Amino acid sequence: MAGKTLYDKIWDAHVLASEDGRSLLYVDLHLIHEVTTPQAFEGLRSSGRSVRRPDRTLAVADHNVPTIGQANGVAAIANHDSRTQLQTLQSNVAAAGIEFFGLNDPRNGVVHVVGPEQGRTQPGMVIVCGDSHTSTHGAFGALAFGVGTSEVEHVLATQTIWQGRSRNMRIQFVGAAAPWVEAKDLALAMIGQIGTGGATGCVIEYAGEAIRALTMEGRMTLCNMSIEAGARAGIVAPDEVTFSYLRGRPGSPADSLRNQAELHWSQYFTDEDAVFDDEIVVDVSKIAPVVTWGTSPQDIAPVDGKVPSPTEFGDPVKAASVRRSLDYMGLTAGMPITDIRIERVFIGSCTNGRIEDLRQAAAVAGGRHVAPGVRAMVVPGSGRVRLQAEAEGLARTLIEAGFEWREPGCSMCLAMNDDRLEPLERCASTSNRNFEGRQGRDGRTHLMSPAMAAAAAITGHITDIRIFPS
Amino acid sequence: MKRVDIITGNAVPLLQANVDTDQILPKQFLRTISREGLAGALFFDWRFDETGAEIPDFILNQTPYRHASILIAGENFACGSSREHAVWALLDYGISCVIAPSFAEIFAGNAANNGLLLITLPKADVEALAAEAAGQSTDFRIDLPLQIITTPSGRELAFEFDAGTKRKLIAGLDAIGETQLHERAIAAFETQQNEALPWLSGSSAPGIAR
Repeated sequence: MAGKTLYDKIWDAHVLASEDGRSLLYVDLHLIHEVTTPQAFEGLRSSGRSVRRPDRTLAVADHNVPTIGQANGVAAIANHDSRTQLQTLQSNVAAAGIEFFGLNDPRNGVVHVVGPEQGRTQPGMVIVCGDSHTSTHGAFGALAFGVGTSEVEHVLATQTIWQGRSRNMRIQFVGAAAPWVEAKDLALAMIGQIGTGGATGCVIEYAGEAIRALTMEGRMTLCNMSIEAGARAGIVAPDEVTFSYLRGRPGSPADSLRNQAELHWSQYFTDEDAVFDDEIVVDVSKIAPVVTWGTSPQDIAPVDGKVPSPTEFGDPVKAASVRRSLDYMGLTAGMPITDIRIERVFIGSCTNGRIEDLRQAAAVAGGRHVAPGVRAMVVPGSGRVRLQAEAEGLARTLIEAGFEWREPGCSMCLAMNDDRLEPLERCASTSNRNFEGRQGRDGRTHLMSPAMAAAAAITGHITDIRIFPS
Repeated sequence: MKRVDIITGNAVPLLQANVDTDQILPKQFLRTISREGLAGALFFDWRFDETGAEIPDFILNQTPYRHASILIAGENFACGSSREHAVWALLDYGISCVIAPSFAEIFAGNAANNGLLLITLPKADVEALAAEAAGQSTDFRIDLPLQIITTPSGRELAFEFDAGTKRKLIAGLDAIGETQLHERAIAAFETQQNEALPWLSGSSAPGIAR
């Protein structure tokens, strides 16, 4: 009998029942936030149901919170509906006895930053959240995926979820990354290679030396973007990097149980003789820093490349879509990527709002200044990240360089709060989606790594970090 | 949940690939705490300009399609965000069925949980249906129990459909109630996990009020 993949092992360890080709899985950790839960709690109330495992549920306020004035609590929220939404979460979690990190709690922040840094995210778990970027937690060797609000209600009531089994896809990252080629570049290059629907129906296991070489932050960035390739989840086998990250965090196993836990986690790897449904190889040595030019994360170019022409795409439907994207983005086919001027910069999000990301941005920005006419925002992924960046002097470096130093939240990644682009404004962004209107109606988003975004802030145009004067 | 069996109505073709949920339901409408009242928000930035006036070029603003019940879409429809609001908005607008070469997975789960019928067909079939829908106010008929689409010209096209989802859609089942029938298995799993993985539960575990 063929061996099992990492995904198979987690799946098999959580199946409670199977029918009609679907299985009922136990959920070890349920992360919730203000935007996708009000209707779920309302559903529970109207059917007289309660929350089965409040102790396995953790709530944060992130998607729709202001990134200034959080010390004032909900009073910091100017918009009436937004304030009501957060108050609704507060009363729902209080009634259910669910732990909640509210505004101005230093433990609060973007849900996919908070879970790992609190040690709640652990190898071998099944983790769900009403947010597509739940794939982030796969970096720890957990099966983690986004769900809708009806499923949130189902998990609250039963601590389980029905799932069809995904195909096993392995993406091997071979070769070594050149200087300034970061996890974000690996993610965008991978999506460019397989397409935004390329992993539909699959759970991707990321493997290869280049993955082993990534820090936990880098692995989270990569797994985070799995959904942009259409995958159900992305996953990396846990190793010493994972275990050492987890030691000593508030939710991690107590010292007396640590060896037992690490032994348990060590079984979560893909067997040598396991067979994948799809195998893909990405040559990391060929990747240059990546920038998106269009309105889908698959629309990528190397920073030293050019904006493509619709005629390069043989398929007429694809050509039409490229034409539409270029029109929306206000770009001319054939122009060098580095000629693209930007007015806004956003450094943050569940993709790139962690301490390493801010270290990179500060390293680039140190001793320099944001270009005239550019507004650059740094939004730490959590209160902990913010405090650490302040302690390390990164905040001071960034502030002195002319960046705005904000409070944690999803902010301009999805622009539900007041942090958004004005029409036709162009942004160098470390977030995950460059969809039309994603950062504000008629706003134009170019995705890239934190170092590249910081360099763009300094020069006022997209800049090749490799030849940026040091 | 809304029950689904036979759907009749005209169809609107929107064949662009990778239409994401940010387009189907833009973020400003995610502030709601209700499932209701999202019809006006559907494809908002494509339907309306900055002043709130209709954009005549957008297909849902054109005469035969305004009251369409069926959306014929491109591949990887509804990729991106997990927002179930996208499904609520489609249903509230009057769309009961979406036909496409492929769908994003989270959206497909959300659709099944709300009685929005999603039919996956080969790209060539989807394009042929879109061609038949063009300019038509004539009804398509979609029979879920028999898994057959009848086009305005009377052509019949069979489609494949997941048996479990079909049973659920036709019966309009209460998913949570169904799952609670598995209570013994859930409780047994929890007991076993408490013993095997003691760091996850008990007084020393996170999430317990201390």
